[in-house]
Amino acid sequence: MSMNPADLLYSKSHEWAKIEGDVATVGITHFAQEALGDITYVELPQAGDSVAAEKEFGSVESVKAASDLISPVNGTVLEVNTALEGTPELCNSAPYTEGWLIKVKLAAQPEELLDAAAYEAFCATESH
Amino acid sequence: MKTIFAKSVPGRTGWQPDTDAPRAAEMLPAGLLRKDPPRLPECSELDVVRHFTGLSRLNYSVDANFYPLGSCTMKYNPKFTEYVAALPGFARLHPMLPQLGRGTSCAQGALRCLYEAERWLCELTGMKAFTFQPMAGANGEFAGVKLMAAYHKSKGRSRTKMLIPDAAHGTNPASAALAGFEAVNIESRDGMVDPDAIVRAIAEHGEDVAGLMMTCPNTLGLMEIHLPRIVEELRKIDALLYYDGANMNAIMGKMRVGDVGFDVVHLNVHKTLGTPHGGGGPGAGPVGVGERLLPFLPAPRVRRRDDGVYRLDYSLPQAIGYIGPFYGSFGVVIKALAYMMRLGGEGLTRASEYAVLNANYLKKRLEGVLDIPYAHRLCAHEFVASAPEGTRALDLAKGLLDRGIHAPTVYFPLIVKECLMAEPTESESRETLDGYVEALREIVEQGKADPASLAAAPVSLPVRRMDETAAARQMILTEDMGQ
Repeated sequence: MSMNPADLLYSKSHEWAKIEGDVATVGITHFAQEALGDITYVELPQAGDSVAAEKEFGSVESVKAASDLISPVNGTVLEVNTALEGTPELCNSAPYTEGWLIKVKLAAQPEELLDAAAYEAFCATESH
Repeated sequence: MKTIFAKSVPGRTGWQPDTDAPRAAEMLPAGLLRKDPPRLPECSELDVVRHFTGLSRLNYSVDANFYPLGSCTMKYNPKFTEYVAALPGFARLHPMLPQLGRGTSCAQGALRCLYEAERWLCELTGMKAFTFQPMAGANGEFAGVKLMAAYHKSKGRSRTKMLIPDAAHGTNPASAALAGFEAVNIESRDGMVDPDAIVRAIAEHGEDVAGLMMTCPNTLGLMEIHLPRIVEELRKIDALLYYDGANMNAIMGKMRVGDVGFDVVHLNVHKTLGTPHGGGGPGAGPVGVGERLLPFLPAPRVRRRDDGVYRLDYSLPQAIGYIGPFYGSFGVVIKALAYMMRLGGEGLTRASEYAVLNANYLKKRLEGVLDIPYAHRLCAHEFVASAPEGTRALDLAKGLLDRGIHAPTVYFPLIVKECLMAEPTESESRETLDGYVEALREIVEQGKADPASLAAAPVSLPVRRMDETAAARQMILTEDMGQ
């Protein structure tokens, strides 16, 4: 599973964060979108809202289920991906690029996130 | 198929006999009368009969064939309960009657039925008392959580957290949230609620924990084996235990949840006691409580005086208020009572035994057809399985539809991959269960040999494969009813 870009960090709740200086772009992983199936709706916070690591910041609905989105980082929302309102399927087709969810101004550098190799090892234990 | 509105033709009517009954215009003040007739479809009797007969033929029911929809307990509803509930003395009784001056004396039979039904449920669950007001299981959950809130409030506490296992039914966190609590997720271990996770949650949230909502056997169809320790941990901080009765049909006569230490329980009488599912009529979700929550039950309660007279008791100062009108779905309670009296304690116990036996039989026979997690353990009344490598749960489900069998629940619970969750119920014969196994075996073989043909299923139903994604992304929730 070399699906997961090496320059991202990953959480055990299957979100990714791309850290560029003090800004993080956040999305859901390939593993998450595959497990969820066709995504039909994404509920996101608004710019200015604060998010906290390991806390819910929105939800994603698919044909199978509705799941909470868990933030991998602490900070304040700078921007949300408004394209997902009309085309939530971007989370399925391009989870690491056009399907990003929010950009966050970091309050602190994230801790306890996994690199791509560690995340892939974790995913292997998840799929029984 | 056209809607009944689309079949309407101006001026077309059925025939009704003349009656002497006064018309609305004679009884209501002129200002309350509508100016234009309502926009109802105008159809002949035959149009209406054909329309609804046609609809019923598109429907699928347990009266038609096997319906192993896990978690939903689609058991057979014996027809004698319909007969009993339709007796005119029950069906035509006005709910206001026992509230009028001397009306109580004219409703003794109905009050006695409510009283006896409550005694039966107390015996079955080990709880102290029940209310029949909640109109369905989820409404009962809401009532139960409100009772928990009332208990803490009476102690002068403001507790905000409700512990909910990750395998819980979605209604649990929804009920807790509706009653003002914040749900705290408790992770499972080996398919069980993990008492250590509860200890950790209590360590984190302390005396902010109002209680725990649990289903037992749980949603994986497994009996929770750590109950005594869980009860003990929650008692330490005077938190309450809620028993979600969704899976009560697996333990009748085997375990009384009140004896185990649960403080409040709701029952889904359509699952436990053979009344129709809510979609087939009104539902009922009686809620039972132990000693600690007794003062908070909604009014009225049915009491039996020493001289054998039944009456309604409204003097309940700590009651949480009305959850439903009057005494709840009275007709449904009558059906549940009739079912309990017909089966008796021995029969109810046997119903649970057969439900568990059927599920274990099915699980064992499906080994090698599906992937069975937790295969080493006996299941309760239902079990989870995964679609085998190279097949998808959704395709297997659709394949079953083509063979005239309702699909099991798919993709629930979420913690099982490509999940197919089957619950055969106690009603089904061995022949039916064997037929299900053979159908699935064929479908899995078809899915492996010719995935495209299975992906096309269903081909024999009124509609083909639905585009669920498009339906969810572009919802059309209105219908043009014409002029």
